[in-house]
Amino acid sequence: MVSTILIAICVPLLAFAIGLTFIMFKLKITARVQRRYGPPIIQPIYNLLKLLLKEDNISHGVIFSLGPIIALAGSILAVFFIPIPGLNLLTGSGDLIALLYIMAIGSLGMALGAGNTANPNASIGISRALTLMFGYDLPLVIIVISVILQYHTTNLADIVAAQANGHWTLWTLPLSAIVGFVVTYGALGEHPFDIITAPHEVATGPMVEYGGKHLGFLMINHMFHIYIEIALFVDLFLGGASNLFWFYIKMFGVFFIMMLCDEVFLRFKIDDAVRFFWKWPTVVALISLIIVLVK
Amino acid sequence: MEKMTQDQVRTIANMLRKRSLWMIHYCTGCGAMELPPTMTSRYDMSRLGLAPFVTSRQADILLITGYLNVKTLRRVITVYEQMLDPKYVIGFGSCALNGGVYWDSYAVIKQLDRYIPADLYIAGCMPRPEAIITAFQDLMDLIDSGKADGYKRYKRDLAYYKENQRKVLG
Repeated sequence: MVSTILIAICVPLLAFAIGLTFIMFKLKITARVQRRYGPPIIQPIYNLLKLLLKEDNISHGVIFSLGPIIALAGSILAVFFIPIPGLNLLTGSGDLIALLYIMAIGSLGMALGAGNTANPNASIGISRALTLMFGYDLPLVIIVISVILQYHTTNLADIVAAQANGHWTLWTLPLSAIVGFVVTYGALGEHPFDIITAPHEVATGPMVEYGGKHLGFLMINHMFHIYIEIALFVDLFLGGASNLFWFYIKMFGVFFIMMLCDEVFLRFKIDDAVRFFWKWPTVVALISLIIVLVK
Repeated sequence: MEKMTQDQVRTIANMLRKRSLWMIHYCTGCGAMELPPTMTSRYDMSRLGLAPFVTSRQADILLITGYLNVKTLRRVITVYEQMLDPKYVIGFGSCALNGGVYWDSYAVIKQLDRYIPADLYIAGCMPRPEAIITAFQDLMDLIDSGKADGYKRYKRDLAYYKENQRKVLG
């Protein structure tokens, strides 16, 4: 009983810590690519604590304040469904398909909150967020089906176990892995898929009216979001890991490649982004699915 | 005892606030031209924990970059009142100090401090990026010692500021 409570507290904290270190490295990597010195490495902690310590916290109604909390709760729930080395948590009681639904709660919570403001930028931002989700969910579902068909199970823990001894899905289903990378990248909302927050167009979109404590919660949610997306990619395609250290190294490798991509791209328009997702990733994912079916 | 804990909390909060200042990217006059070199690779203000932000709800610092039209003043006041406490204002260049070259213009306000409380001024036309970075460091010292209290003054002397604003805005 005590160990259950301990795990319930420690696992979200671990996910939060991993997301936080990724944000720290992200600021430094961006700075180095732009030939700057960059902020101090613990700058995200200063930002977060400053936001949580703001004296003023403006709210535009109950749902506005609840939005970040719903998003955060959805993210924490999703964290429990992802197996980490040595711990399978709730993975046995819900499968990959349930996880796909739970991962959408984050965006929906934000949509609820942002919809409660009268700011047109927030409405545009949230409509872009849901449209983009509509775009990348199609190839995501196809590659998840191909992975399920490959291993004849929807249990994420079994999928990780089947990839033991280096039989990663990356080697057995390379096309699916490439699509998975693109989809994960799109879900993180980095360039060229940063249409949701696009500071120059819609002034950070759904977050436009959020400040102080609420923005702090959204930042924490973003850290969880990074962890969930990349951990799922590592579990599905890079064979999970035998211990936490290797899990972190694999996740960091994926994140590092993503950050380097983030530096070189410009921004899509929303219709171009959806067209992109429904063209190349979908076609490649379908080819991969046919390969699995024929094999 | 309770007062002591409150003081300690305030000290820690100020220590954190000065290390993470978000600047709203709102340009009123020509002084905004000096901000891109301050932000980008050459002078890199993110070393000090500063970052440009786009909405008033998220920002901590409002820079009045150069001359301030009466027309713009209305928007500046809206932006300032939308920002969340604690918030800081920097008057930028000689126009915000005393009107500068527009000292006899009917359309430009002369002294920023009469309309919104400024915590700090940067003299010069134009202030170079070095001067801006020095100003940010001075602002950090003010925040650390608790002297950057413009937002408290605005609340306390609201009648005075509103009276002055009404005079020019009509």
